[in-house]
Amino acid sequence: MNDKNKIIAGLVIFFLAVLFPFWFNLIFGAADASTAPETELTDKAKKAETCIAETEDMRTEHMQILDQWRDTVVRDGQRTYVAEDGKEYEPSLSNTCMDCHSNKEKFCDRCHNYASVDPYCWDCHTYPEETE
Amino acid sequence: MENSRRRFLKNAGFSVLGVGAGSMLIGLSAHTAKAAGPDGGQRPQFSMGDKAMEAERWGMVVDTRKLNDSLCRKMQEACHSIHNVPEPVGESARRDQIIKWIWPTEFKHAFPGQEVEFLAEDVAHRPIVVLCNHCDNPPCVQACPTKATFKRERDGIVMMDFHRCIGCRFCMAACPFGSRSFNFRDPRPDIEDENPDFPTRMRGVVEKCNFCAERLAVGKKPACVEASDGALTFGDLNDPDSDVRKLLAEQYAIRRKPNLGTFPSVFYIV
Repeated sequence: MNDKNKIIAGLVIFFLAVLFPFWFNLIFGAADASTAPETELTDKAKKAETCIAETEDMRTEHMQILDQWRDTVVRDGQRTYVAEDGKEYEPSLSNTCMDCHSNKEKFCDRCHNYASVDPYCWDCHTYPEETE
Repeated sequence: MENSRRRFLKNAGFSVLGVGAGSMLIGLSAHTAKAAGPDGGQRPQFSMGDKAMEAERWGMVVDTRKLNDSLCRKMQEACHSIHNVPEPVGESARRDQIIKWIWPTEFKHAFPGQEVEFLAEDVAHRPIVVLCNHCDNPPCVQACPTKATFKRERDGIVMMDFHRCIGCRFCMAACPFGSRSFNFRDPRPDIEDENPDFPTRMRGVVEKCNFCAERLAVGKKPACVEASDGALTFGDLNDPDSDVRKLLAEQYAIRRKPNLGTFPSVFYIV
C-alpha cells in the first residue's frame, strides 16, 4: 500500500470533475443563471398597485388564471371577471394584461427566458409594442 | 435487548405508517388554508356582463334584393378588418388558399339544389352574400376530433376555439357550405391593419365566421349587419317577436341545402 499519493490525487481530480457544475457556477455564473431576473413595471402598472390578485399569487398562478380565462371566455362566452377584491375586469390577455404590462420584453420575456419556457400566446395574440 | 426480525419489521411498519399519515395531515392543512383564501375574500367569479346581448338561437335573414357588389364588398371589408382576416396581395395570393368569413357568390353556387329551370335574370346575376350558417345540427362539430369546434348551447352559435384546433381539416370536409378556411401559412404578414382587440390566427388552424360573438358580448350587432344598410337582419330565431321572425313571417325565405338536414340559421329572401 504505497500508492497513497496517487489515490489522493485521483480522488481530488474525481471530486473536482463531479462537482464541476457547482464550482463553475460559483465562480463564473453569478451574473446570469444564479440570480433571478427582476421584472420591470410600467408607470401604469405601478400606479394601479394591485393586479387582479396578490403579486405572490400572480407570480405562481398566472398561467392557470390565463388558462381559466381562455376557456371561460371562448367556450362559455363569459367575458366579465370579478376579482377577489370585487373589481371587474375583462378577461383578455391582449386588452387587459397587456394594457398595464405593455412592456412584454421587460415583464413577460425576462422570466420566461430565465425559466426557459416558451409560451405560444404571441403566435396569435398581439402585444402593444408589436402593433405600434 | 433482543433483536429479532419480527421486532425490526414491526418498527419499520409503524414508521412508514407514521410518516405517511403525517405528510397527509400536513398536505390537508395546507390545502384547506389555501382554499379559504389569504384574507378570506370572495373567490373570483365570471359573468356575462350587463351589456351582453343574449338569445336562444341567433339567426340572420339576408334580403338578397337589396344586395349589390359594392354593398357586399363593404360588408366583407367590415368583417375581415375587425377579425384580422389576411388578404394576401400579389404573388403570395393563391386562389385555393383564400381565407374568407363572408363573401359574395352567385345564386347557382349558393343554392345548387334549387333546380330553377328559367331563373329570373336579375336573381341569377345578383350577388348572394354567404357566410357560416351556424347550423342547428352542425356537421363540423361532429367531425372535430378535439372539440375545437363546438356549438354554444346557450345561443346556438357554432364557435371555434383556435387554441384547440390541430388543423386536421375534418371540419372543412364536413361543412357542405365551404364556410371554413385553412391557414396554410402564417397569416400575419398578410394582415394590413391589425386590429389589436382581436387575435390573429397562426399557421395550421381553421377559421370561420363566429357571428361576431365578441361584439354580441358587448351589446353590438355583427359587423356585417351594421354595414349592410338594412339588407341583413339579425335576431333570435326562437323569439316570435324578434326582427328576424317578423321578417320570416311576412316573406318567403329559403335556406342553403336544406335537404342535408343541417338546419341553417341564415335565411335568404329571394
